[in-house]
This record gives sequence, structure tokens and C-alpha cells, in this order.
Amino acid sequence: MDMPRPDAAILSRKARIVARLREVLPADAVVDDLHELRAYECDALSAYRCPPLAAILPRSTAEVAAALKVCHDEGVPVVPRGAGTSLAGGALPTADSVILGVARMNAVLEVSYPDRFIRVQSGRTNLSVSGAVEEEGFFYAPDPSSQLACAIAGNIAMNSGGAHCLKYGVTTNNLLGVTMVLMDGTVVEIGGPWMDAPGLDLLGVVCGSEGQLGVVTEATLRILPKPEGALPVLMGFDSSEVAGACVSDIIKAGVLPVAIEFMDRPCIEACEAFAKAGYPMCEALLIVEVEGSEAEIRHQLDLIMQIARRHNPVELREAADADQAKRIWLGRKSAFGAMGQINDYMCLDGTIPVSSLPFVLKRIGELSRDFGLDVANVFHAGDGNMHPLILYNANLPGDQEKCEALGAEILKLCVEVGGCLTGEHGVGIEKRDLMAVQYGPADLEAQLRVKDVFDPKWLLNPAKVFPLQVTASRRAG
Amino acid sequence: MNKMRPASEAELCEIIRAASGPLVVRGGGTRGALPAGVVLETGGLSGVTLYEPGALTLVAGAGTPMADLEALLAAEGQRLAFEVPDLRGLLGREGCSTLGGVVAENASGPRRVSVGACRDFCLGVRFVDGRGEVIRNGGRVMKNVTGYDLVKLLAGSRGRLGVLTEVALKVLPRPETEATLCLTGLSDVQAVAALSAALGSPYEVTGAAHLPGQGTYLRIEGFEGSVRYRLERLRGVLAPYGAGAEVASPWAAIRDVTALAGRAGDLWRLSLRPSEAPGVVARLGAEAVVYDWGGGLVWALMAPGSDVAGRLGRFSGHATCLRGAGAAPTEPPAIAALTGGLRRQFDPRGVFA
Repeated sequence: MDMPRPDAAILSRKARIVARLREVLPADAVVDDLHELRAYECDALSAYRCPPLAAILPRSTAEVAAALKVCHDEGVPVVPRGAGTSLAGGALPTADSVILGVARMNAVLEVSYPDRFIRVQSGRTNLSVSGAVEEEGFFYAPDPSSQLACAIAGNIAMNSGGAHCLKYGVTTNNLLGVTMVLMDGTVVEIGGPWMDAPGLDLLGVVCGSEGQLGVVTEATLRILPKPEGALPVLMGFDSSEVAGACVSDIIKAGVLPVAIEFMDRPCIEACEAFAKAGYPMCEALLIVEVEGSEAEIRHQLDLIMQIARRHNPVELREAADADQAKRIWLGRKSAFGAMGQINDYMCLDGTIPVSSLPFVLKRIGELSRDFGLDVANVFHAGDGNMHPLILYNANLPGDQEKCEALGAEILKLCVEVGGCLTGEHGVGIEKRDLMAVQYGPADLEAQLRVKDVFDPKWLLNPAKVFPLQVTASRRAG
Repeated sequence: MNKMRPASEAELCEIIRAASGPLVVRGGGTRGALPAGVVLETGGLSGVTLYEPGALTLVAGAGTPMADLEALLAAEGQRLAFEVPDLRGLLGREGCSTLGGVVAENASGPRRVSVGACRDFCLGVRFVDGRGEVIRNGGRVMKNVTGYDLVKLLAGSRGRLGVLTEVALKVLPRPETEATLCLTGLSDVQAVAALSAALGSPYEVTGAAHLPGQGTYLRIEGFEGSVRYRLERLRGVLAPYGAGAEVASPWAAIRDVTALAGRAGDLWRLSLRPSEAPGVVARLGAEAVVYDWGGGLVWALMAPGSDVAGRLGRFSGHATCLRGAGAAPTEPPAIAALTGGLRRQFDPRGVFA
């Protein structure tokens, strides 16, 4: 994965840039020590590392604005960073860039239960947003699996999802407004605690723009009343085709589960070895979760199990109580950890039309054999968001490159069947060069023009999302 | 020639490239403003290109009549969950609403308060920008963060960035049944508090409206047994506001704002913070209002020429004049700069009125 060559002129002006940042920020908010900067050299895509020129840790919108103004004047690229949990390299710095970390901005600014929103500083973690409202019986719906650590700022940048999107949507569907600082230091308020506005939907295009349009410092988020209860059911099938058909039938029947999770045999085996959740050994396993009162859950589960039985499941297991429910989720929730135990792995994130599931799984199996690398599949089946895990050995020369090549083939396959490269992780640097697989030149140009408006000098996270050769002339200007 | 109706996307591109004066993009002309200019109709770009009920996905040409889509979905027990309003009565229009018009207006009805707006159900778009180029964004899958979300930007853009030619939508199952609870005799303040209490309960209210002097309405949808159960629970939550009675569905009338249809006067639409709505309405001195979205949406019929902006003062939200002499809403300078910049990028020659 190439990154642009650092600008020597910027590197030579490091002392001056740092001094100017110190003029507008508290002393402890500017990091330029080489050892301390190591903490910002990568995100969760840790195969790629590069310490930044400096890192700044502002505490308020005003401090972000002042710092960005300095960077804008100096022509220094800025890489915004939430909690650094990006799997796509969204927060990877270049040597000539300043990392702008929002981690110190984690306050709750306002909560309104009658109006069902919370306004927070963007460095607050996803889970602690729910934590701030749970005593009143509310929660924040998007639940990426990194929710303990990941920041709302990163959720907005990547338009993060989670396991419960089928019912509750992703970040963009739960975001009401932002306070955002443009690269030149201008502070803009977009949206607020109301449901729509005249004018263009700027909020819609800011969400998911991977920190390239502005730095979000505050966010107004929709909160929802917690359901009365939830219960999962586990089903095993002897082929993934049958499991796929079962998913489609459940959706067609008018039941809308909050989650439908899928795991294939390699994944089941790894989870069993790791978590001992008591999963049946079969080709495909589904976890379907429904919500509501006891009676409502009963009714929905009966319907779902009726449908499942028509597909001859090898296992059909209800959770009798909360403890059994926990066991059903245990394996799924530890899937990534389980994989990490046995191997290095790369986690993909393509989305496919649900109807293409059997074909895509078959092709992934064939590609896996061709490349000689095992692939375990675990994903959100209800919405077609796949997370194939490619297992490789980082210590074996050439294995990572082989793994990335297989990953690219799988993502191309997702696009071929009518899907997309990334469902919830974002493009970052990881899928940057595949953008041309999904979009034609005019489609990409339209997106670049949006950035031209928000960040005419192309200083915000400039080496991400788009193929480098496509953005070269803009970044140079 | 003052009206054009391209039969294909390619023909649309040619028309836009050749255009010099303002083009007014029009689906069915049933909603939205109708500025001066050469009318560009999208009716020739119609037809369903894909419908997979098991994947909850529908793709159709922008000129496809909404009635056709609704019939197609109904046959499979599905629907567009954002509940498209039919504003012909309210706005005194005729014609036949199209998918492109609905998306360009981000037209969303009572269920918007629980499931989201039209824009939340748009998965992908094709459109022709002011340069006459075809641009694709998004796709046909429910989770997609590949590049910038121009789908949202185009939804609600009212034909000012480009002409939609195709839209992919997420559809949802039509529930088995619905029920409506009606409370009567509540002041606006009490009514909005009741709506908030209901929407803050776990009983999945999908409609929350208040018609002053008539009733305060709450809708529950789903499987029969579940609807019965939740309705009873909701009665409990709302006990402080009165007993409440189950009534026949008023939601088509609330969606279409029929209470204000056929009446003379200026017409305003306010999107605001629900708890502030009763206070804002009191300042407004309207002849009649309808509260929807739990108080987050107010339709107001005003005496002609009322100084609405002056009466509103500062409040958390936006006011839009749909009929009458109201000024266009003003944007803060920084937002106006971004909006203007986007319009210049997508329509550099200013061909879209």
C-alpha cells in the first residue's frame, strides 16, 4: 500500500509549525516528541505504520478551529483520529501530517428524553453514549463490535454499522446534527435536534466522508427506548445455500429480526476451540435475534422456527433464559478473537445482495483454494454485509501480499454480484485502489468535487478513500 | 418548446448539454416548487429494473409512478416504510407522483418519526449532473460506505444538483395489522408531552400526531397479538393524559394534511424540536395547525401575508413557506458557501432552476 512521499519543505518547517500550534493550544495538547508520536503511527490496520510530524489533542471546538487555521496557513496535511480503531487505515498518518486526536473531547453536552437525543463531544466512545442514557431506559443504536473503544467521531467518519442495523440502521440513520470545523478553521453547525431541514443534506454527505470534509467536534445523536427484551435462536444447516435460503424466507415472511448472523464451518470450528460455546459442527450456522415482550418474542420465534424447520436444520436451539442466550452469542462475539488465536488474519467488509450469498460463498471457497489461504466467513446475513477472514502468517515472507491479493479478488467478486467494497469499515487506505472497480471515472470525479468544496487545498486526510493517481493533481495543488 | 420529455438517460444527457436557460425538473408536479423555466419531465425514464422481496430491495427508473411501485410492493406484502405523503389536495395540484419526485423532495410521512425519512431508505442513485454526465453513487445493498454518500446529497436536493434517473430503495414488510389510540381534550403542551411519553416507551409507536381540537393520535403496527399487547401497555403509559379510545386509522389524512387542504391562506411547514413546538405555535397565531412526528413537524395555515418570520423569532428548527409571500429560508453564511459551492460543482452553468 503506497502512501504519498512526505513533503520535504513541511518536514523542514517542523519546529516552526509546532511552535505555532503551541501558541494556540495548551502546552499538553501538542505532542512532538518522537517516542510519544509512536502512539499515533497506526490504527487497527497495524500492518502499516508511520509516525506523524506532530499530534494535537484539543479539548474544544475553539481549540480545533485555532489549530486547523494554523495547519491551513502552513499547508500541512491533517489526519483526524477518533480512537484509532479503524480497520481500514483511516487514521494512518504520513510523516508530513499532523494527527488531530479528539480523544480528550468526551463530554456529554446535553440530553433530552422528551426530544430523544443526546449531544456529545465527538471523542466520546460509542458504548459510553448508551451508558449516559441507559438509566432512563434509552440507548444509542449503532453498535460496531469495537464499541467499547471506538469514538463517535470515527463512527461518523466511517458511517459505522454493527450487528443490529437490519432494524436500527447505521450511523447516518441515527445522526441528527454535527458541529464541524472546516480545514480553514470555519466552524459550521449542520442539522440539530429536529428531523429535517430545507437546503442540501450536508449532514448526509459528511457522514461517511472519512474525515476528509471537516473535523466533527460535537454530534447530536438520536436515542431510542430500549426494547423490553431480546432473545436469540441458533440454527445449524448442512449447506450455506440452505442457510441463505432460510434467511431470505424469514425476511419475506414479514418478521424483521434485529440481527441475523452467519458463520461457516471454519469459523464455527475456531470459535468452538476458543470459546466452547457448544455450537453444533455443521456447514452453516445462523443466530437470529428478535426483540419485544415475552409474548412477542415467543410469537416471532415460533414463526422463525417454523420457517427454519422447512429447511431441515441439523440443529435448532432456543435460549430458555438469559444465560443460554449469552452462550448462543458467546461464540459469535469471540469469533475475531478466536481467529486471532490461531492465525494472523485480514478482515474484509464487502456487502452483497442477500440473494447472491450461496454463489459468493462457493466462489470464496474456490478462490481460497486457488490462493492456498484459508478463509473463514462470519457476517451480518440479514443485510448482506460479509466479513470473510483471510488467515495468513505475517512472519512468512510474501504471505501478507498474497492475503491482500486474495482480499482484493473477494471484494471484486462482491462488486460483480451487485454489492460493494465496504459495508461498514470504510475505504481508508485499504480499499483505496479498488475504488475504480466499483465506480467509473465520472462517479469518482463527482465525489472529488465535493471535497473540493469543503477542503479546496486537499489538506484533510488527503491520501485516503480515492486511488492516489486520481487525486495526485489535487493534492499537489 | 416549453416542455421536454427524454425517453432515455442518453437523451437526457444531450438535452442538458444543449441547454442554456433554466430547466425545471419535474416528476409528476404533485409537490415542491414550480419555478419558471423549460420543464424537463422524467416520465420517460420509468420502469422497475429489479425487485427482490427476499432482499428487501427495489430498483426503478425515476419517472416510475409511485402508484405502480406501491401496487407492486403490496402484491408481495411489502411497502415503502417512509409513507409517502400525497400533497395534491393540500397544494392544489394534479398529476401523478413519481419516484424521482418523492426522492428529490425527501418526501416522508408520519412513520418518519420511527423508521426514518425517504433518504434513509435510498440505497443508490443514478443521476445526470449539470454537465450532462451520468453519475452513479451507492448501490443496491443495505450497508455501503464505499466513498462519499451522494445518495443522501441528492435526496431532497429538489433537482438543483442533477436529474435523478434511477433509484434503489430499501423496502420493508407490510405489518399484519395496525391500531390507533386517540386521546382527546389535551392542550398542545399536554399533547406533545403525551406523544413524547409514547415515543419514549418501548412499545414501538410508528405514528404520533396531534390535531388541536380533534385528537391526539398514536399508531402501533405489527402482528395482531403484539399490537394488542403494546396498545394496552401504551394506555398505561398514557394514563396521566386520559383514558384514550381506539379509533379507525386517521393516518392517510394526517399524512396528506387534509385538515388544511382546500382552505385559503398562507401555508407553512416547520421542522423543529418537539418540546418547543407548542410554544412556537402559540407565537405563530395560526388559523389552524397539524402536529406530526411527535411534535417535530408542524403544518400551519396562516392569514394571508402574516409576518411568520417575525412571529417565530429564534427557535430550534426551520420554517418553510409552501404557499404565500414568505421569504425563502436563509442559511448561515458558512452553510450557504458550502451549498453554493456544491451547486457550482454539479451545475457549473446553472442550468437547473
